[in-house]
Amino acid sequence: MTAAAGLGKDLTGLEPLSADQIRLILDTAEPFKEVSERQIKKVPALRGKTIVNLFFEASTRTRISFEFAEKRLSADTVNVAAVGSSVSKGETLVDTARNLEAMRIDMVVIRHGSSGAARFLGDRINSNVINAGDGKHEHPTQALLDMLTLRDRFGRLEGLKIAIVGDVLHSRVARSNIWGLTKLGAEVAVCGPYSLLPRGIEEMGVTVLPRVEDAIQWADALNVLRLQLERMTAGFIPSLREYNRVFGITSERLKRAPRDLLILHPGPMNRGVEIDSDVADGEHSVILPQVTNGVAVRMAVLYLLAGGRPGSPAAVQGAEP
Amino acid sequence: MSRVVSLAVPTRTELLNERAIARTLARMASEVVERSGGTDGIVLVGIQRRGVELAYRIKRLIDKVERTNIPCGKLDITLYRDDLQTIGPKPVVGETSLPDLDGQTVVIVDDVLYTGRTVRAALDECTDFGRPRRILLAVLVDRGGRELPIQADVVGVTVSLTPDERVDVLVSELDGRDVVQLARGGE
Repeated sequence: MTAAAGLGKDLTGLEPLSADQIRLILDTAEPFKEVSERQIKKVPALRGKTIVNLFFEASTRTRISFEFAEKRLSADTVNVAAVGSSVSKGETLVDTARNLEAMRIDMVVIRHGSSGAARFLGDRINSNVINAGDGKHEHPTQALLDMLTLRDRFGRLEGLKIAIVGDVLHSRVARSNIWGLTKLGAEVAVCGPYSLLPRGIEEMGVTVLPRVEDAIQWADALNVLRLQLERMTAGFIPSLREYNRVFGITSERLKRAPRDLLILHPGPMNRGVEIDSDVADGEHSVILPQVTNGVAVRMAVLYLLAGGRPGSPAAVQGAEP
Repeated sequence: MSRVVSLAVPTRTELLNERAIARTLARMASEVVERSGGTDGIVLVGIQRRGVELAYRIKRLIDKVERTNIPCGKLDITLYRDDLQTIGPKPVVGETSLPDLDGQTVVIVDDVLYTGRTVRAALDECTDFGRPRRILLAVLVDRGGRELPIQADVVGVTVSLTPDERVDVLVSELDGRDVVQLARGGE
């Protein structure tokens, strides 16, 4: 598939995309930033398209961000949460989606607890499918907004050193970031307790830095992952305080950095656990610009997918490696 | 062999050379002021890409004669097109930056007026940015072939072309030289 062909039918992750396709999304996001600054924050590009936001897992930021993106492109949107829908009566994912499709929808944005759910769905329905996070697999739009924010601040991604700190094992954000950043020529390191680093992660082309001090010495930017609190009860870490003492991003630690580090966090934050408040609110934090860029990136993805022709053979074969 | 090659090469005729473009724009500038009833409240808005360059040239021409500083903006209509589904997304969406349009006489400037669909999109976009008192349309070339009831208020040159003919406007800021050509056949 060439870059000129756009993105194909679905966005299931950054792994199947080429560097050119990722650049196409980031470049397309640029003009969409300005749309959100207008007095009338709306353009008619997706007028008449119906988009279903199908969220099987809790989400505030991502769901609202997608919804804003859809509405600012003039699409009609419906939100389906697993609780209160037929999903709680035991309907399968495909049946839910086929029923929605029978109501003549154009796109599905899906968040699901199972890795591969977005691909699974995309292979079975004609509508465009966008992955808004599937299990431990990928969260492509989060990685794209991280990359856009980095590119805004540094003017490039090539040669940048990004350290991803925290619970890499359970993180779809980490996986999508690793795929995207390495494809665009950035260097990526991961840092966290060994219990929270997947085995064989080096095969994804990243360096493992065991100590957070090493990551701070090495990196241009830190992407600090949320410590999913349920991991503590599952025995991955001894205690939150212990985690903060060894891996927490504190201003004390950052003072020893050879350069000013840009601080990213996908949210929601556990202040005082993986990141201290004075860092999160500090001058090098781009946590809120990330959220702003999230809407622009999602507008770009929706716009690019909507322009493709759903059901064309090349699109439907899609991602199977 | 040479005959085949010569058939494949599109024929090009020069419609306006550099000096003719300069003269035409000067006349268009004075017509814009005339049609707007003076320079008060004029805002020039160029449609990406070559309309932007032409709008800035008309602005400079008016400013020189009238000693004004007329606000000038740029408009990208890609997101207002009605053919996203048929042409697929145009990856490069250009910049849109407009001065305040409320109560102003907005003059939309474009290089070529053909079907009128671009102007329709520009009208929609302009009205989303504010409520102009009036909107005028100035084009360097009106080539006929309208698909919508849209007309220009200020026209550089009018030609009547068939669908397989094309007008290419080249401007020095983007193309290195100023020329308006008619192209027939080929790409």
